[in-house]
Amino acid sequence: MTGPFDHATLQARFHAALWQTEPPEGLDPRRFAVYRNNVQHGLCRALATRFPVIERLVGAEFFARMARVFAAAHPPATPVLLAWGKDFAAFLETFPPLAGLPYLPDVARLEWARGRAYHAADAPVADPARLGHGDPARLRLTLAPSVRAWASRWPALSIWRQNQPGAVAAPLGQAPEQALVARTPAFSVIVEPLTPDGHATLAALLAGHPLGQATMGTDPTPLLTLLLRHGLITAIGD
Amino acid sequence: MPLPPHPGVGFKPDHYAQILRAPGAVRFIEVHAENYMGAGGAPHAMLDRLHADHALSVHGVGLSIGGAGPLDRDHLARLKTLLARHRPESFSEHLAWSSHGAAWLNDLLPLPYTDQTLETICTHVDQVQTALGTRMLLENPATYLTFPESTWSETDFLRQIARRTGCGLLLDVNNVFVSATNHGFDARAYLSAFPLDQVAEIHLAGHEVEALPEGPLLIDSHSRPVADPVWSLYAWAVSRTGPLPTLIEWDNDLPDWPVLRAEAGRAETILHGVSHDRAL
Repeated sequence: MTGPFDHATLQARFHAALWQTEPPEGLDPRRFAVYRNNVQHGLCRALATRFPVIERLVGAEFFARMARVFAAAHPPATPVLLAWGKDFAAFLETFPPLAGLPYLPDVARLEWARGRAYHAADAPVADPARLGHGDPARLRLTLAPSVRAWASRWPALSIWRQNQPGAVAAPLGQAPEQALVARTPAFSVIVEPLTPDGHATLAALLAGHPLGQATMGTDPTPLLTLLLRHGLITAIGD
Repeated sequence: MPLPPHPGVGFKPDHYAQILRAPGAVRFIEVHAENYMGAGGAPHAMLDRLHADHALSVHGVGLSIGGAGPLDRDHLARLKTLLARHRPESFSEHLAWSSHGAAWLNDLLPLPYTDQTLETICTHVDQVQTALGTRMLLENPATYLTFPESTWSETDFLRQIARRTGCGLLLDVNNVFVSATNHGFDARAYLSAFPLDQVAEIHLAGHEVEALPEGPLLIDSHSRPVADPVWSLYAWAVSRTGPLPTLIEWDNDLPDWPVLRAEAGRAETILHGVSHDRAL
């Protein structure tokens, strides 16, 4: 470093060099490379932990190179790494080498939803008996904070499932797929397929609409059964 | 209540069931603060359950105390919430920086030891201790680079920080060995110069060896058993400090629980085989 020492200037140079090939002036290149590698490898592994199926689908080597591009452009904004990766699906949509794999962003959104569900706030389970009180159409259901409605115009749920450890490959359909993602009171993260109607109802419930409005004339029984079975209704009011 | 002067382990969910089945195998657990900053779910539930019969140490990796810029107030608030929720017996952080501007870098980066950086770090440690309402421990780093700008030795630098802020120190013996090898100084001499009377916890971990033309470069990888020379340095340090809470850190390429437990057992043997006289 030239000129009088200044801590902030040194750190700015050090930081810039983490994403370039040259070390900061005056520092040993091989020694500096340990830090560059730690930063890049550490962020890559954090991203792979959150998006294991994406890593499997594109291969570890490609994933590592892509993760470096993503991390340089969208580094974690806070030290809470479990909250890093929200922008990854949108990044995959615009990453030119992946243009031939249009379902990848939806697989990433599913993995992101699972991560959010795992860490979502706890909430007590409502007494299901209250569902029998009053006019069902006017009931307002509060769902567990972990509940997400996920949908894809691709068979991205099947793709995700077939890339789980130990899964068996099967022919893929062409149809769009929808799912409920949530965490049960026993801390299992679940992914349950939904019909298009079930997905629409779930999305409307999550938006705060009363049951009658959320169903839009469709039968809510399959969705309600799913929500009750997994303990995902936390309050029932009217 | 301080941490007990016995071995503890860095807690990994993979080992949860086995730790529960063998209460007393280790006396405390340590977790990285940032892994417990989700709103709820299994991480907090496991921590609550384990804390019922183990002391708890919360070890931060995200504050960037050695950063030139101001501390991240939002992150300090998250830590305050976490400490209020789990009431750990100890909170510690690192002599390092890990963020720049709006970017967090997920690594502990080195800094020169100068009057300017000493001022900055003492201010930061004061702010942390005031905000969290607790005495914190500061850990010596493993480094791969030194800076020609440094005017303080690392041991004197840490002594000054402890003296000025009242913080305690976390002595990572593997970090001492890694830095000593990488920079060609004598690890025993470093420990002799270390303010051992301020040490409230010890860390032990494994490292990897990278062969470079000019000699081995050690990487603080937390991916292997503690190396024999590190055990020797540890025994020497404990013979001077008396028994201290000692953490086995193993964060990558996780071993089966019996392997980790055996490492803790080896530390317990060393802790029990020494004089308990803390007077230096």
